[in-house]
Amino acid sequence: MLNIKNLHVKLEEEDKVILNGVDLSIGAGEVHAIMGPNGSGKSTLSYVLAGREGYTVTDGSALLEGEELLELEPEARAAAGLFLAFQYPVEIPGVGNMTFLRTAVNAQRKARGEEELSAGEFLKIVRAKAKTLQIDADMLKRPVNVGFSGGEKKRNEILQMAMLEPKMCILDETDSGLDVDAMKLVAEGVNALRDAGRSFLVITHYQRLLDHIKPDFVHIMAAGRIIKSGGPELALEVENNGYADLLAEAE
Amino acid sequence: MMLVQAKTDALTARSGALTVSGSGWLGAARRDAVARLAAMGLPTKRDEYWRYTDPASLTAATPTPAALFDAGDEAPAFDGIDAVKLVFVDGVFDPAQSDDPALAGVEITHLSQAEGVDIHWARDVYGVLETRGQTPVQRPLATLNTAYATQGFLIRATAKAAKPVSFLYQNRSTTSDALLHHCIKLEHGAELTLLESGPAAARITAVMEVEVADGARFHHIRSQGRDHERRAATHVFSRVGAGALFKSFTLTANGCLTRNEQIVELVGNDGVAHVAGAAVGDGIFHHDDTVFMTHEGQRCESRQVFKKVLMNGAVGVFQGKILVKQGAQKTDGYQISQSLLLDGDSQFLAKPELEIYADDVKCSHGSTSGAIDDTALFYLQSRGVPKRMAQSLLVLAFLAEAIGEIEDEAIAEDIRSRLEGWLQRHEH
Ligand SMILES: Nc1ncnc2c1ncn2[C@@H]1O[C@H](COP(=O)(O)OP(=O)(O)OP(=O)(O)O)[C@@H](O)[C@H]1O
Ligand SMILES: [Mg+2]
Repeated sequence: MLNIKNLHVKLEEEDKVILNGVDLSIGAGEVHAIMGPNGSGKSTLSYVLAGREGYTVTDGSALLEGEELLELEPEARAAAGLFLAFQYPVEIPGVGNMTFLRTAVNAQRKARGEEELSAGEFLKIVRAKAKTLQIDADMLKRPVNVGFSGGEKKRNEILQMAMLEPKMCILDETDSGLDVDAMKLVAEGVNALRDAGRSFLVITHYQRLLDHIKPDFVHIMAAGRIIKSGGPELALEVENNGYADLLAEAE
Repeated sequence: MMLVQAKTDALTARSGALTVSGSGWLGAARRDAVARLAAMGLPTKRDEYWRYTDPASLTAATPTPAALFDAGDEAPAFDGIDAVKLVFVDGVFDPAQSDDPALAGVEITHLSQAEGVDIHWARDVYGVLETRGQTPVQRPLATLNTAYATQGFLIRATAKAAKPVSFLYQNRSTTSDALLHHCIKLEHGAELTLLESGPAAARITAVMEVEVADGARFHHIRSQGRDHERRAATHVFSRVGAGALFKSFTLTANGCLTRNEQIVELVGNDGVAHVAGAAVGDGIFHHDDTVFMTHEGQRCESRQVFKKVLMNGAVGVFQGKILVKQGAQKTDGYQISQSLLLDGDSQFLAKPELEIYADDVKCSHGSTSGAIDDTALFYLQSRGVPKRMAQSLLVLAFLAEAIGEIEDEAIAEDIRSRLEGWLQRHEH
């Protein structure tokens, strides 16, 4: 599904290297988790994959089903099936959540040569999906993320993911700021989307989320590289011992 | 006081080819304006009130020729709105293209038909509100209009009108120079919506005087013509009675020079006055909103909401004042002027002012200038929304508060779709 090879990234405006040769390969239907200390480059990796400005790729590649993502505009990456649930979802005053969702869904359908959803069809689908995530009608009407609580913003990200039905989902700390029940809701939302044709990359600091969303592989990122990969037991090791041993080992 | 020679010279040049006409009350009002004008002269760029906008092309003897604009397949503004349509071509009323000016509860009379009448309701409005609006700041172009305009309508509403009255200003000559003067009077409890659209002329100097009696409601929605080279100086003078409502919204897309003045007096208690504008300009575009809001009555509410989207060197100006007179207690005044600068070449100049002589009032004003939020743009793109569409969404979101001042949803939608079209045509 997603093949990242030797990805090197620096800041566009400064000579600061953030990603230092990331290699990561995610198969169709797999769930991978990335853990790692603050500032190790996890969010940067997700932003670079999604196409955010401000970064320069100095080497490497990232293929989504064989197609080079790094050459595409962000909207084309989305249409190709990539989705990033933001660590810090963005507030957009003046743009209604519903308008935002519908514009996004239809823009992607159009880019893929599919027919756009009518207002009625769209409404039916969004209502059903919002309900399972316990997102009420009021939240759908309000401007995108404006005045949403931290947990509401994260649930709204998952609603967008459910509506857009991407192939490759990257979740950047979607569990942070969620209470226990909300985390369960979000995990259920994610699990409901799991299938053989859809892959996940879950960035998290806590093993807790991985109890709900069971990963096939766990990777540890430090100083802009994946320093160790393993199974779910790696997450438990981090939970119990922190990163010190892993970092020392990698030296 | 000796007038600055330049002001007198400007007046001599500008009025050289104009003649005062008419008899009776209207002729008298015009001659009075000529006398007042002689004492004022015309503005020059050295006037404080014209600090940000050079009036030279508005006071020149003849208009700068303006190329005509082909709107392509875009439907005219308010095309789908059922209204009594009154068409002007190059500033002259054209009955052949117009509807029969008949609307239940509304009298519609052309200026030329009113002059022979001895006593006319408009005698208490024509030039009267304009004269009141000359203090504390002089607006000589309005007085020039009162003195020399022969085109315009006198509209008096005595009940709630079933549909709007719509002025359509067509422009066919590249050198047309229009003077339009309308008087509107809404009697107690009446309600009327007035639409204005089109470029009117290469140069237009307009005055509209609006008397909104107690409990009456007036809605004004204007879409100024898209001709790139046209120049406009417009003035709306309004006097708002007790419990009355006055709402005015203007869309300006293109036009090389536009100065829209709004002079509002809230004279009764519990009156409401909202003036709003959305302006979008690309390149040679200078747009000036000048507002003077006076609170005299108690518990009145006023709002000024002006938004401008500027690119490729376009210039936006806002001069807005709230004057709360002594005794105007419980005034609720709000003013916001904002610009969205789509590049580094464009600029926005704002001069918000508050002058308050009552002690129990709530007034707020704010002015900002900013760029498109890159983070929001990326967020939209990351959801698959193409960049151009994402930018349009954000620009419309920026303008939403101004458009929100239009009460009629169909009219608001017309304005919105016009803006969408404009944004699609102007790459940024
Ligand atoms: N636009 C930027 N400008 C300056 N520094 C940046 C920028 N983006 C990332 N960095 C720096 O790059 C490093 C990696 O940041 P990143 O956000 O990717 O870390 P992270 O692993 O997601 O951390 P956390 O666990 O705290 O979310 C940090 O040192 C950060 O300050
Ligand atoms: Mg992060």
